[in-house]
Amino acid sequence: MFTEENLKKIEELKKKYPTTQALVLPVLWMAQEQFGHISNDTMKYVAQLLNVPYGHILGVVTFYTMYHSKPIGKHHIEVCTNVSCMLRGSAKIVEHLEHRLGVEIGQTSPDMKWTLSEVECMGSCGTAPMFAIGEEYYENLSTEKVDKILSELT
Amino acid sequence: MNEVMETYILPDIKDLHKLDVYEANGGYKALRKALGMKPEEVTDEVKKSNLRGRGGACFPTGLKWTFMPKQTTKPKYLCVNGDESEPGTFKDRQIFELNPHLLLEGTVIACYAMGITTAYLYIRGEYGKWIRMMEKALADAYAKGYVGEKILGSEFTTNVVIHKGAGAYICGEESSLMNSIEGERGYPRVKPPFPAQNGLWGCPTTINNVETISNVPLIINNGWERYSKIGAPKHPGPILVGVSGHVNKPGVYEMPTGVPLLEIIHKYAQGIPGNKAIKAVIPGGSSTMILRGDQLEGAKMDADSMKAAGSSVGTAGMIVMDEDTDLIKVITRISKFYYHESCGQCTPCREGTGWLWKVLKRFENNDARREDIDLLMDVANNIEGNTICALGDAAAWPVQSMIRRFRDEFEKRVKVAEPRMLADASA
Repeated sequence: MFTEENLKKIEELKKKYPTTQALVLPVLWMAQEQFGHISNDTMKYVAQLLNVPYGHILGVVTFYTMYHSKPIGKHHIEVCTNVSCMLRGSAKIVEHLEHRLGVEIGQTSPDMKWTLSEVECMGSCGTAPMFAIGEEYYENLSTEKVDKILSELT
Repeated sequence: MNEVMETYILPDIKDLHKLDVYEANGGYKALRKALGMKPEEVTDEVKKSNLRGRGGACFPTGLKWTFMPKQTTKPKYLCVNGDESEPGTFKDRQIFELNPHLLLEGTVIACYAMGITTAYLYIRGEYGKWIRMMEKALADAYAKGYVGEKILGSEFTTNVVIHKGAGAYICGEESSLMNSIEGERGYPRVKPPFPAQNGLWGCPTTINNVETISNVPLIINNGWERYSKIGAPKHPGPILVGVSGHVNKPGVYEMPTGVPLLEIIHKYAQGIPGNKAIKAVIPGGSSTMILRGDQLEGAKMDADSMKAAGSSVGTAGMIVMDEDTDLIKVITRISKFYYHESCGQCTPCREGTGWLWKVLKRFENNDARREDIDLLMDVANNIEGNTICALGDAAAWPVQSMIRRFRDEFEKRVKVAEPRMLADASA
């Protein structure tokens, strides 16, 4: 169930779009923020709330890479390995992260602390290599800098 | 270039993202001026300025605006495309961060010109931090009456809604972006019908890039004549060029269109580390055709010049590669990207991008057969032009241009069959 605040936000959102189906993306964002991930039950709940078929919601969740249908680690490290980052040493950053966290790309640590993902260009090419944790961008990375960032995360 | 270029989009003014600073520096003057003009006059001004889209296709913006029907009972919409996901592109992000009100001012002027009452600003989901910056700017603009009901005491009302993407490169394609706003999977639509007739919710819609819209206040403030004298005559105005890869000072630089690529690399981005030679440059984001180092002489950052050089301006996101770069690795990574981002609607793209990547991996692993070079070309040729949207072309062009311009790199990676011993002499 959404919090009162989120339900109020949804009512506000309805004024901004001519159909409720247009609320699918913003409401899924809300769901992910509140519940951490978007489970099947959440999808059904959102479907009911917006009066769109569950299959539609499932289709949207599985299309967009930023929606997670399974729980992920507390810190989700998303490393860019696209060309601009690759040219400036992203492979070394990936290798270092895998070594330090004991997980490979695409995996979550058993204690659910870390999820490590490879992502496509994040628009940080001028400050490559980079990774993002949540909304925070960490740029111009070196292995020393990575160590420092990781040590500060609890 | 002798004079110091004046910067318009990203001027060096402290705290320009704040509304009062923006106002103190002439902000929202263009909006006031535009509201005193007839909407057609505003469109005409943009048309005469020769502003061309900064999202990749370089389509004339004013002309696009005239496609919107004047007589219609349906609501009209503007989508401002801030999906910015083309590898090598990181310019719109600077506008969100450093000059958000310029974008909002341009958005409202564009709405006025086309008689639009709702604009959706679509920003990629990864830019959460920048979305919040835009939300703050938008709230301030609403509070001061620059957006919303009866703007600046006029009869004109328009609303701006920020719509957050959720991680899909394809949503930068205009029809896919509209589907994403409608709450659908981001599948591109078949054109025609074009958005100006049948866009968001079947209503007339115009889609413009963030940087394109940010040019509009400059045109209104300075007049089309002055604006059209900035940079290359057929593709004028300031342009944000992103330089990344092997350069000493990567970053986004504002310059007039038409600056030589070599000047961008050596003057703006301060050359190649270790003074190495340039092996190749991808001039405008990963879908533009790769240029050999020796093709850069005379190439300038404007549509005509880049076409003559054998590539295109694209998003003006330049990726520079020095002499030691493994281009096979580069093209394999690019192909993996398109494979990952293909929406899966059209068979040539869904299957073809995967095959390009798989065959390229053979080259990366020094395990390719000689005929794989022609196979790659064949697959790329069968994707190009055979898909609903341009993602297929965008996947094909880098591979085609890489093979045409660096065939030797591929040949070097062909697995040489080991000589077969016919008889053991020692036996």
